[in-house]
Amino acid sequence: MKQEFPKGEINLIKGRILAIKGDDIDTDRIIPARFLKCVSFSALGEQVFADDRKELKGKHPFDLDQHKGSNILVVNDNFGCGSSREHAPQALMRWGIRLIIGESFAEIFFGNCLALGIPCMTASKQEISKLQNLVNEDSNQIWNFNLKELSISNQKESFRLNLERGAYKMLYSGKWDATSQLLDEEEKINITVKNLPYLNNFK
Amino acid sequence: MSSGTLYDKVWNFHQVKELPGGSTQLFVGLHLIHEVTSPQAFSALNEKNLEVKFPNLTIATVDHIVPTLNQQRPFSDPLAEEMLATLEKNCKTHGIKFHGIGSNSQGVVHVMAPELGLTQPGMTVACGDSHTSTHGAFGAIAFGIGTSQVRDVLASQSLAMKKLKVRRIWVDGSLQKGVYAKDLILHIIRLLGVKGGVGFAYEFAGPAIEKLSMEGRMTICNMAIEGGARCGYINPDETTFEYLKGKEYSPKGQKWDKAIKWWKSLASDSEAKFDDEIRLDGSSIEPTVTWGITPGQGISIKEKIPNPEELPKNEQQIAKDACKYMNLEADQPIEGTSIDVCFIGSCTNGRLSDLQEASKIVKGRKVSAGIRAFVVPGSQKVAKEAKQKGIDQIFLMAGFEWREPGCSMCLAMNPDKLEGRQISASSSNRNFKGRQGSANGRTLLMSPAMVAAAAINGKVTDVRTLLQE
Ligand code: SF4
Repeated sequence: MKQEFPKGEINLIKGRILAIKGDDIDTDRIIPARFLKCVSFSALGEQVFADDRKELKGKHPFDLDQHKGSNILVVNDNFGCGSSREHAPQALMRWGIRLIIGESFAEIFFGNCLALGIPCMTASKQEISKLQNLVNEDSNQIWNFNLKELSISNQKESFRLNLERGAYKMLYSGKWDATSQLLDEEEKINITVKNLPYLNNFK
Repeated sequence: MSSGTLYDKVWNFHQVKELPGGSTQLFVGLHLIHEVTSPQAFSALNEKNLEVKFPNLTIATVDHIVPTLNQQRPFSDPLAEEMLATLEKNCKTHGIKFHGIGSNSQGVVHVMAPELGLTQPGMTVACGDSHTSTHGAFGAIAFGIGTSQVRDVLASQSLAMKKLKVRRIWVDGSLQKGVYAKDLILHIIRLLGVKGGVGFAYEFAGPAIEKLSMEGRMTICNMAIEGGARCGYINPDETTFEYLKGKEYSPKGQKWDKAIKWWKSLASDSEAKFDDEIRLDGSSIEPTVTWGITPGQGISIKEKIPNPEELPKNEQQIAKDACKYMNLEADQPIEGTSIDVCFIGSCTNGRLSDLQEASKIVKGRKVSAGIRAFVVPGSQKVAKEAKQKGIDQIFLMAGFEWREPGCSMCLAMNPDKLEGRQISASSSNRNFKGRQGSANGRTLLMSPAMVAAAAINGKVTDVRTLLQE
């Protein structure tokens, strides 16, 4: 099955939630280093959380039948810390994740997700644990994420989410694909170059 | 908001324009690439039909996947061979200078670039590797980026970035004998936490920092990221200029004098404003060792493993996890903990002075029975210089293995791995679960001299008891 990856404006995401509990889950855990040995990202989806999954022998949320096809991930504090490897968000995206909600995110991880069109939304500790409990009780509920309203809700509950302004604008306008913006005004790059002493014999 | 700091000045020089999302398009003066995070960036470039905009500002080497025993091509691991071959091909296609195996200048990217004089004060340095913060030791703004940013930098020599806040970490006094830059940075991360630096650039300053060699300064900045700070830097001074003088890529002749003038002007002003400042006394720091699963879980060699119940609430859970994973008991001294493997190397502590300090501990002694100990120089240049000084022989005679340069067991993407529950004394920078190649292997981070001491005694040892002249 060919997956559709995020493109264009990101506003509404609909789907089911799965939760991974624990603070400081680093990118080595999301995708262990031995899987970085690849020249393309395509196989990473199956390898996400490989070691944790092995340890839990099929009981890891990413292995449970009830979470097959879930596309929203709820996590706790400082998710994605550690190495800058973009393989981590790539692996999550290729497994099927399109939105992550957590107490906080490591900066590089946050940026790497943004560059793939995956919003990393934050909520308070209490809200996160409430959300996690709701999912524990019933993982079949369908949730509606609305970026513009900064919320995620199902038929009964609604949660406020936060996202810093810059990232919000980029996702909402569909301008999270940085490359094209950077090449927009090439002349300005050349001006910067001309004014850098170390590229001009320190004149 | 900070003003008048080196960070502000260098940032201003490299600003291209403001982007709609509120971030800045920042020009990258030096782009370093290696085999792990670049192949996907090059394919994305090809898909978009884009060229490398400034091929002369990107420099490549190979480090993460290289075997350290037999570097004969093709590598015995076909995947590793494929990654290297892909990098070679990409460099060739796009006209990028590649420092490969056998070039005499290959090495861990954060070791080889400074020693070639590629990293200079006032530059912005980016690399698809979080320990790029290392290069801040020269008074550069240096930070790790992800693969899609590698693509951006290849395509435009710039990237979208938010300006960070600046925290000055002022270290008074001077480090005691047997206490090294590694101990200082482990101590700082312990104090401020692994998240303490999120959103900040760290300026390391003060007498204890100024007294450090460039290699010590690189160790400090290397691990800024482990404290959550995406970049760490130190103002350039005579030590910096002395180090750079005569290096292959350093400015020469008249350019050198002009360069020094510019570099000096970049240091933070005496009345610079910082977003935050902290102060500590370097003289009171003792050799420091991590006992847990984050670099913030460090204690001095004289301390006991903390009781999770007695820690601040937000540290309790991870401390409990750590005790369990490490199989270490709360309230036990860290000193005397038995170890299995000793690793001296990495971009944190694989430089000449690191090997030199460690060799002083090892000299005339033997690695304790049953311990596997090995040294992996950070680069071919380090290896060569160490050999010229007979350092390799000191290690070999003591029973260490002496390997070829690479990242090796820092992250174990090559054949060098922990096995099963083995516990290592390691001079690298990360002690995360499974980091050193075994899903349940264990890592104790410490200075290279402390690793050497651990190898000799077969257990965690206060290096000060083994100092010899
Ligand atoms: S030595 Fe370790 S931390 Fe440094 S670049 Fe290599 S893998 Fe990364």
